[in-house]
Order: sequence, then C-alpha cells, then structure tokens
Amino acid sequence: MLRALAILLVCQLVGETITRGLMLPLPGPVLGLVLLVMLLFLVERRHLVASATIDETSLGKLSNGLIAILGILFVPAGVGVIQQLGPLAQYGVALATALLVSTVLTLVVTVWVFVLVSRLVERKG
Amino acid sequence: MEAPFLLWVYLSTQPLLWLTLTVAIWVLADWLAERSGRNPLVNPVMIAIVVIAAVLLATNTPYGTYFDGAQFVYFLLGPATVAIAIPLFKNWPTVRRKALPMLAAMFAGTTVAIVSAVGIAALFGVPKDVLISLAPKSVTAAVAMSISDHLGGIPALTAVLVAITGVLGSVIVTPLMNAMGLRDYAARGFAVGVAAHGIGAARAFAVDPVAGTFAGIAMGLNAILSSLLVPVFVRLMF
Repeated sequence: MLRALAILLVCQLVGETITRGLMLPLPGPVLGLVLLVMLLFLVERRHLVASATIDETSLGKLSNGLIAILGILFVPAGVGVIQQLGPLAQYGVALATALLVSTVLTLVVTVWVFVLVSRLVERKG
Repeated sequence: MEAPFLLWVYLSTQPLLWLTLTVAIWVLADWLAERSGRNPLVNPVMIAIVVIAAVLLATNTPYGTYFDGAQFVYFLLGPATVAIAIPLFKNWPTVRRKALPMLAAMFAGTTVAIVSAVGIAALFGVPKDVLISLAPKSVTAAVAMSISDHLGGIPALTAVLVAITGVLGSVIVTPLMNAMGLRDYAARGFAVGVAAHGIGAARAFAVDPVAGTFAGIAMGLNAILSSLLVPVFVRLMF
C-alpha cells in the first residue's frame, strides 16, 4: 500500500519538477501519469507486470481506489464558488448561456469528429 | 448557551470540522446518486458543492478557513491523476487504435470550447477580463487558472467557471449522447473529457472504465492544446 503510494507520489513529483523546470504548459500530475505508463511498459517487458493482472497489484488496487473517489477531490475547489458570487450574479445570464451552449456544442462536435474519423480509419484498415 | 457557542468557536477554526463536513456530505451525496441509479441529474459533485457552500454562507465561514480542512482531500487530486495510468495501461490496445480519432476530435472540440464560450458571452457585452477568464473553462483547473492569469483574466473566477463547466458537462453528457444514439463509450468519454475535464472524467469512470480512460486522456490533451490555442484566439478576438 505505501509502496504503491510512493510510486504515485514520486511520479507526480518528477512530473511537477519537469513541468515547472521546463515551463511546460501541462499539469505536473498529467506528466506524472505519462511517466507511470512508460514505467509500466518498461516493467512489462521484463514480465514483472501484465495488463491482465495489474488490478490485483497493490498499485492497481490503490489507483483504482483513488479513481473511484475522483468526484470528491473536485469538491474543495468547487466550493470556491462562494468567493465569486458577485461577478457570477452580475453576468449571470451571459455566463450561464455561454457555459451551457458551449458545453453542449463541445460535446456534440467532439463526439461527432471522433466517431467520423473512427469510421474513416476502420474503412481504410 | 455559552458552552456550545465556545465549542463552535473552537471547532469552526479547526481543519477537523471542515474535513469531516466535506467527507460526510460527499458520502451522503454519493449515496443519493447511487440510490438514483446514477441518474445524471443527481450529480454528487454538484450536490456536495451546493450543500457545503450553503453551510459556509449560513455560518459566515471564510473559504480560507474551510480550505484549511478540505485541503487534505484536495491534495489527493494529484496522485489520483497519476493513478489514471493504470486504466490507461490496461486499455492500451483500444487507446492506440483510436489515436487518429482522438487527435482530430481534440482539435475540433478544444477550438469549439474556447470560441463558442467567448463568442456567446461577448454578444452579451461581458467585459474583456471576464471573457478571458471564461476562455479556458473546459481546461483542468490548475492549467486554466495559469492561462487566465497570463492573459489578464481573473484566476479565481476562472476556477469557478471551470468547476461549473465540469458539473454541467457531467450532467448533460449521458442524456445528450443517448439522444444522439451514440453507444461508443470511447467517443463519449473522450467528449466529456474535452468539454468537462476531470469532473467529466469522474462521471465517465462512474459509468464505464473505458469511457473514464478516454476522458482522462482528453483532459490531458485539452490542457496542452488550450495552453497554446487560448492565447492565439484571445489575440485574434480582441
């Protein structure tokens, strides 16, 4: 359990150090995620870990446990809404319309392009 | 009368109270969501934020005091993001096959997210600093705030617009995709990740692990692309 936590924290720390050091437009934990995937592929080559059994390792269990509680981790930042009630009320209608319409458009366009290009790729393959 | 008041004065300044409130309200909100059969409208993130915000306003508790307790939960966001490596590793063959669709959808979705939000708000006559704060609303919070800060927006307002967008996307995605008749969970997950970052990914993981994995990738890609595109669009628009 602690070994698994150490792996996640080290990846995050290295990711944070590299992104800050090189001023990359990327959150440290996201680079940490990429580093951990690369690490897993390296270890897989030596047959120390396999994608079929990763869930049963302590790293797999801790990671899946964290992902299962992903929702609560956004609550503390979201509660920050109480600090911005002024601007939110002042431009309420404009911001609500912009957020709602933009979110629907983004979902629709993204999913359509994804499905369309998937079909094109599969037809060629 | 005096004793309970003194107890409140003590506890209300301690991290324990606000950490406990955050976890307890979440457990309750998640239980409600579970009982509703994960109905998209019963979104636990939204319920928990609204209830806790109401408690803080009613008790006149400053956000800083609340965050002293809630920061322990907030901290886990970093390790939890790294943890998405596990489903990514597990689902790698599926992910690899979808490289081209992801790349195309990322460019289209990120562009629409930025331009449509700023364009609509501009039609309402919203001032420039608020428009800039709105531009990275689909980007994961830390990156969105830094983009907003660099371009002359209000980072704290951006953080709130990001959270609202996340909840909106999580609530809308399931009924919208069902109405469109789309059953491809990779595509659905990717879309909610582009539109609604980590909060969307949390919803996607609650529905399907493959959807969650694609949402996690989308969140990361959107953060990179938005950092490059938002400054360009802001310069073109103003």
